[in-house]
Amino acid sequence: MSTATEFQAKTRTGRIADFVDQRVGGSTMVKEFGRKIFPDHWSFMFGEVALYTFVILLISGTFLTFFFDPSMAETHYAGSYNPLRGVEMSVAYASSLDISFDVRGGLFMRQVHHWSALLFVASVSVHMLRVFFTGAFRKPRELNWVVGGVLLILSLAAGFTGYSLPDDLLSGNGLRIIDGVVKALPLVGTYISAFLFGGEFPGTAIIGRLYMLHIMLVPALILLMVAMHLFMVVVHKHTQYPGPGRTEDNVVGFPVGPVYAAKAGGFFFIVFGVVALISGFFTINPIWNYGPYDPSPVSAGTQPDWYIGWVDGALRLMPGMLGNFSFEWIIPFPWGANTLVLNVLLPALVPAIVLLGLMFAWPWIERWVTRDDREHHILDRPRNAPFRTAVGVAGVVFYSVMWAAASSDLVATHFLVSLNDVTYWLRALFFLGPVIGFIVTRRICLALQRKDRDIVLHGREAGIIEMSPEGGFSERHEPLDEYKRYRLVAFDSPDVVPAQPDAVGHISRAEKRRGALSRLFFEDRVAPVTPEELAEAHAHHGHAAVEGGEKAQIGH
Amino acid sequence: MKALSQRRRHPLAAAALLLIGLVATGGLYTAAGSVNEAKASTVYTASDVEEGNKLFVANCATCHGLNAEGTPNGPSLVGVGAASVDFQVGTGRMPMQMQGPQAQAKPVQFSDEQIVQLSAFVASLGAGPAVPHEEWLDTSLGNSANGGAVFRTNCAMCHNAAAAGGALTRGKFAPSLDGVSEAHIYEAMVTGPQNMPVFNDSNISPEEKRDVITFLKEIESQGSPGGAALGSLGPVSEGLFIWTAGLGIIIAFTIWLTSRSS
Ligand code: HEC
Ligand code: HEM
Repeated sequence: MSTATEFQAKTRTGRIADFVDQRVGGSTMVKEFGRKIFPDHWSFMFGEVALYTFVILLISGTFLTFFFDPSMAETHYAGSYNPLRGVEMSVAYASSLDISFDVRGGLFMRQVHHWSALLFVASVSVHMLRVFFTGAFRKPRELNWVVGGVLLILSLAAGFTGYSLPDDLLSGNGLRIIDGVVKALPLVGTYISAFLFGGEFPGTAIIGRLYMLHIMLVPALILLMVAMHLFMVVVHKHTQYPGPGRTEDNVVGFPVGPVYAAKAGGFFFIVFGVVALISGFFTINPIWNYGPYDPSPVSAGTQPDWYIGWVDGALRLMPGMLGNFSFEWIIPFPWGANTLVLNVLLPALVPAIVLLGLMFAWPWIERWVTRDDREHHILDRPRNAPFRTAVGVAGVVFYSVMWAAASSDLVATHFLVSLNDVTYWLRALFFLGPVIGFIVTRRICLALQRKDRDIVLHGREAGIIEMSPEGGFSERHEPLDEYKRYRLVAFDSPDVVPAQPDAVGHISRAEKRRGALSRLFFEDRVAPVTPEELAEAHAHHGHAAVEGGEKAQIGH
Repeated sequence: MKALSQRRRHPLAAAALLLIGLVATGGLYTAAGSVNEAKASTVYTASDVEEGNKLFVANCATCHGLNAEGTPNGPSLVGVGAASVDFQVGTGRMPMQMQGPQAQAKPVQFSDEQIVQLSAFVASLGAGPAVPHEEWLDTSLGNSANGGAVFRTNCAMCHNAAAAGGALTRGKFAPSLDGVSEAHIYEAMVTGPQNMPVFNDSNISPEEKRDVITFLKEIESQGSPGGAALGSLGPVSEGLFIWTAGLGIIIAFTIWLTSRSS
């Protein structure tokens, strides 16, 4: 090619940039990535909040590693916190106290680290709920949903390993519970516990081991998964809410560069600022209050951080005996009797397996029931997927009941009710809550959908009462503009797909089950208003079917 | 001597021996107990007892009986000691406001002088823990680090490691110890009010009790080094805070950021 067309940088910086670009090809990357479109909606920002709090965790955590010593060797505290001076404790606890009281800015950094950890898991959870309730996990994003689920579990692991490091009374009590759960595993439990703690609990090894997990393995896995996660977000492109001009083949929003990148960069500092302000003004995990870990004392109000609370709550709800039925079984074996501690095993494992199992499987369950193999880039409004939304709410209620149970003692003291009653009510809600949540949510969704139909067909209530020449009163309804109407009618509404015969005309049992589920999911669906219905409604002077399809016409 | 040995097979000998044994152990026990507890700084006069009796009949007898012998509505106060009255009346728990899982603290109903008189009256009914001497309440003589260790082992399981209080079964609770006076902390340990167990001087020595008081007063006066303590309730209030205030602020920002563009 002729040299004339070749790009010649004019400035010094330009020449350096060009030099680098010719060797690493950055500009194509920036061009490609910078042209990605990211739609604007506040509910899309929780993934970012998770990402930013994770970065804050990395930064503040690095600071803490400079001063933290994960040794369980015994020492006598000689730092400046008087109520603990001379007390025997582990080096790990002493160094955490030193970070809090004798390292400049140390307490602030500890609080930044812990507050951002709480915010991190909270934003991951809200992000996940957003993805679930809008149906963003559907094809082609199922695998990204799974990667996200792994991230959720990793976040819990990161939080729990970190919570245990200072070796204070509170975290030691938490570890003891974990030890109990591990030991409750049949046959292998005691061995796992012995390997984990290097002998009998608490031993002198556990803090060092958790430290390695907390600062190396778990963050590395999270980083890896986040990279995969974001890569897939770029590959799939972001989803968008329904709206005029938004289709399954486009994304309406801002290009990542420069507007979006600038906004996102600014948002990082906003999140950092909020975390810093909170950390400056509010104590978190005041380890000096709890004292060094010692297996004998247990403090009242011993709770894990919020994201482990649901497991703690499940343990609190579980009765040891039900009438005369004991959940602790002694099983005779040729080599002696082994105990099966179901009152620990069931609450510690079953709710987690149910919730996480359902979470991972849900995209496939929905795909199977709907027999829907299309790609979905337009999100559902939660009301337009009543069954899914109801299942989600049931899950949230189930989780929240266990979550609340973890603070049953504080509920009792602060609302002046009996601890026993709190436990009984929560036990009932554990079973009834999800069912009630499901039914109520489904009904609300269906009602909202009917209301949407009503608004599309009749327009919005204007709040103006008119009197007709005959003396009748009626309220004026204002027709919707096209854009608003589009949002209310353009949604995907899967219908019941009855069990289908296969090639030879046979209906398999699995297929029958699928058909039944499909009916359960969608039988009372409210279909979106069709153009014909709309035309008819207008012709009828604003009175027409509110119910979908062939259902009853609502007259005057 | 001979007479005694001859009578040792008398039918009543066993009973007499038992009686002697009981009196001796009982006496020794009380003596040992009161050696520990006879630290009273107040000496009650006969008129204190008399005034106390009048106050008692007017305010307490409905539940505790005219002679403090107890009724179905309240236990006997014979032998509970001046410390118990000083605590119960001095913290406003007595006269009790209503029957319930546990007598609740409320504004104090009596003057210091009247409390002394009531204590004098109840102390006159039978030996019991006395109001502690100043010496055992002087936090400048105590060791807060040791007190903290004693507190964590003996008290934190109900009162919480930061003394913020905690729940017991069926509506009973261990209250927060913030703002409780030195004397009342001491008296609570020796008398075991409401659902609290007694920590007598062989469980926790008076020096250790003083250490505990020193510890509690020190964490009370030092405030919270890390900023607002959120009730010192631990991870629950922290979680509640991040889900409400923390996430709330973040959501407000996300709405603000995304609304600018459209
Ligand atoms: C409404 C009934 C009621 C009244 C009035 C009342 N008490 Fe009590 N009192 C109780 C009950 C019930 C208990 C035991 C339950 C508890 O400790 O919570 C108790 C416990 C006590 C104790 C603790 C006993 C112990 O074992 O250490 C003392 C001391 C006491 N009362 C003193 C008084 C005095 C002095 C008054 C009058 C100023 C008074 N009470 C008025 C019902 C009452
Ligand atoms: C460390 C934790 C996580 C980080 C840092 C993270 C980050 C992100 C970011 C930045 C986005 C794009 C913006 C958005 O839609 O919010 C995203 C999208 C997505 N995330 Fe996550 N996420 C995490 C955890 C999860 C979890 C727990 C799930 C679900 C189990 C999940 C599922 C998804 C899915 C399906 C998308 C695509 C959404 C769409 O295109 O609408 N993520 N994630």
